[in-house]
Amino acid sequence: MKKIEAVIKPFKLEEVKDALAEIGIEGMTVTEVKGFGRQKGKTEIYRGSEYVVDFLPKIKLEVILGDDKVEDAVATIVKSARTGKIGDGKIFVLPVEQAVRIRTNERSEAAV
Amino acid sequence: MKSKNRTMKWLGIMLLAFVVTLGLARGVRADDAPKPDPAGTATGNAGDVQDAGGTHFVASAPADLSDEDKKDAGKVKSYEEAKKAYDEYLAQAKIEPLAVKLADGIGHNRVAINFMWTLITGFLVMFMQAGFALVETGLCRAKNAAHTMSMNLLIYPLGMLGFYVCGFAFMFGGLGPIGTMGGYGGLNHEFTINLFGKPFGLCGLNGFFLKGGAYDASVFALFLFQMVFMDTTATIPTGACAERWKFSSFCLYGCFVGSVMYPFFGNWVWGGGWLAMLGQNFGLGHGHVDFAGSSVVHMTGGVIGLFWAWMLGPRYGKYNKDGSVNPMPAHNIVYAILGTFILAFGWFGFNPGSTLAGTDLRIAVVATNTMLASATGAMASCLWMWWFRTKKPDPSMMCNGMLAGLVAITAPCAFVSSAGACIIGLVAGILVVESVYFWDKMRIDDPVGAISVHGVNGAWGCLSIGLFADGTYGDGWNGVAGTVKGLFYGGGISQFWAEVVGVTTNVIVIGLTTVIVFKIVTLLSGGTQRPEEAIEIEGVDIPEMGVHGYHGFVMDRDSETPHPREHAHGRATSSEKPLAANTH
Repeated sequence: MKKIEAVIKPFKLEEVKDALAEIGIEGMTVTEVKGFGRQKGKTEIYRGSEYVVDFLPKIKLEVILGDDKVEDAVATIVKSARTGKIGDGKIFVLPVEQAVRIRTNERSEAAV
Repeated sequence: MKSKNRTMKWLGIMLLAFVVTLGLARGVRADDAPKPDPAGTATGNAGDVQDAGGTHFVASAPADLSDEDKKDAGKVKSYEEAKKAYDEYLAQAKIEPLAVKLADGIGHNRVAINFMWTLITGFLVMFMQAGFALVETGLCRAKNAAHTMSMNLLIYPLGMLGFYVCGFAFMFGGLGPIGTMGGYGGLNHEFTINLFGKPFGLCGLNGFFLKGGAYDASVFALFLFQMVFMDTTATIPTGACAERWKFSSFCLYGCFVGSVMYPFFGNWVWGGGWLAMLGQNFGLGHGHVDFAGSSVVHMTGGVIGLFWAWMLGPRYGKYNKDGSVNPMPAHNIVYAILGTFILAFGWFGFNPGSTLAGTDLRIAVVATNTMLASATGAMASCLWMWWFRTKKPDPSMMCNGMLAGLVAITAPCAFVSSAGACIIGLVAGILVVESVYFWDKMRIDDPVGAISVHGVNGAWGCLSIGLFADGTYGDGWNGVAGTVKGLFYGGGISQFWAEVVGVTTNVIVIGLTTVIVFKIVTLLSGGTQRPEEAIEIEGVDIPEMGVHGYHGFVMDRDSETPHPREHAHGRATSSEKPLAANTH
C-alpha cells in the first residue's frame, strides 16, 4: 500500500481528478496549500510599487492505493497536471503501514 | 493599562470642560437682536420675491443718510432714487392689497424651495460619510477593518457635537443675513480686528449650542448643511492616519476637529472673514473665492491629514532602509469603488447645494461641471498609470482620480464652462497620481491617498478659479461688483493672487493648528498615539476594538504585513526571475 502526495497547480485539479477516476481511483483528499520551489514567488504591483508574493497557492492531493496501481496513477497525474511551464509541482510516493475503514472496520487494501 | 486609564480620564475631563466653558458663552447679544423664527411661519414674505434676474419685487425703505453722507452728492442721488422707488411701491401696494398678499405667499414658497434644496443636498452630503468609510476601509488591510470603519463612524458624532458646541458659532456667528433663506440676521457678531486700517474678521461669536438668537429655522437649516461639510473634513485624516492610530487618541482628535480646527479658516472664507474681504479691502479679485469648499473643506482635511500622518510616522514595514516602498495592498477594491461612487453621488449635494438656493438655476451648470470633472479625473488617472507608470490601469488610482477631479471642481464648479471643468478634472487626475508617488518619496505614509486627493487637489481647485473662471456667474460675489473672471478669460491675474493667498494661509494656519493639537493629543495619550508594534503587526482590530472586521474568516496576516528589508525585493532579484502570473 502506498500514498501518493501530489502538489499541483490549482486550476489543474479537475483534470487530474477526472483522469484518476478514469483509471479506477475512487477517492482522494485535497488541501489548499502554499509554497514555493524553483518557481519562487511572483512580483505584483500596487499603487506604483512592486512587491514579491513569496508563497504561491497550490493544491495538495493525497491518494492511498495498492502497490500495483502506483505506477499507473503517477503516470496519469504527470500527464494531466503537466503544462510544461515552471511551477507544475511535484509527486511523492510514500509507504503506508495500515488503512482502516471506520464504518466497517475493514483493514488494508479493502479499506481504501 | 495605566496610561489607557489616564487617557480615558483626560478625555472625559476635557469634554466636560469644553461643554461647561462654552455653555457659558452668550448665545446672542440681547440688544437690537433680530427676532428668531423657530417655527418658520414668519420666514419668507413679499420681500423675498424676485424676478428671474434677481431684482426684488418689493422696494425696501432706504436707510436714512447721516449728516456726513448728505454732503456726498452721489449718495444723496442714490438715496433719492431708492426713496422714489419705495414711495412708488407703497402707492402701488395701496391700490393692489391682494397682490401684496399673493407676493407674501410666493415669497414664502420661494424660501421654502431654498430650504428644501439646502436640506436635501445636506442629506446627500451626510451619506458621503458612508463613501469615505468604504473607500478608506477598502484601501486598508483586512486585519484593521473594524478599526478603520469605527473611526469613520465615530468621527460623525464627535465632529458634529464639537461643531454644535462652538464650531458653528466660530464659523458662522458673524455671517449676517442668510439671503436665500429669508434673510434672518441673527448671526451678526463677527469678532474683528483692524490691521493696515482695514477690518480683519477673525471669527463669529453667535450661535453657540444653537441657542438664543440662533434658534431659528433658517439657522438650523444652515447648521445641518454646514455640519455635514465639516464632517467631510473631519473624516479625511482618518484615512491618512489609518491602521496605526490608537482609538483613544483618535477620539481626542475628534473633539478638536469640529470645534476649533475647522471653523476659523471657514469663517475667513465663508463667514464674512478677512479672506473673503481681500477683494473689497485690497482689490484682489473677489477675495478668496471657494464655491463649495476645495480649500475650506477638502484642503483643510488634507493638510490636517498631511501633518498628522507625518508626525504619526509610517505604518510598520512600509518603508525599507534604502527608502524603497513595501506596498500594503488594499484588501477590498470592491468597497473602494463602491465608496467612490457613493462619494460621487454625494457630491451632487456638496456642490450644487452650496448655492443654498434651489431657485438659483445655476445649479444645473454646477452639477454638470461636477460630473464632467469626475469623469476626466478618473480617465486621466487611469490612463496615466496605464500608459506611463505601471502599465496597468490600477483601480485604486481610478478611485483616487475620480475623487481628485471632484475635489478640484468643488471650488470652481459655479464659475467655469464645461470645457474648463474637463481640463480642471484632467489636471487633477494626473496631479493626484504624481502626488501619491511624491509623498511616498517623502516617506509620509498615506494608506488611502487622502493627502493627494484632498490636500493637493483642494489647492489646485482654488487656484483654477483664478485661471478658468469665465465671467458668467458671481456678480457681486463677496461684495465686489462684476462677475468672477480668471486669467484665461481676460480677468487679469488678481483673482489668481486672491486664491494664492487663501491656499497659502490654509497650509500655514491649518498646519500650525494641527501641530499644536497633535502635541496636546500626544500628551493626553500618555506620550504616544501609536499602538505597540506587536499590536500593529497583529492588526489593531482585537487589541483596540475587541472585535474583528471579518470574524470567522481566515486572514493571511503574513502577506498583510511586509517586514522592512535592507534592500527591496531581495528574493525577486537575487535568484531566478519570477515568471508572469499565468504560470501557476
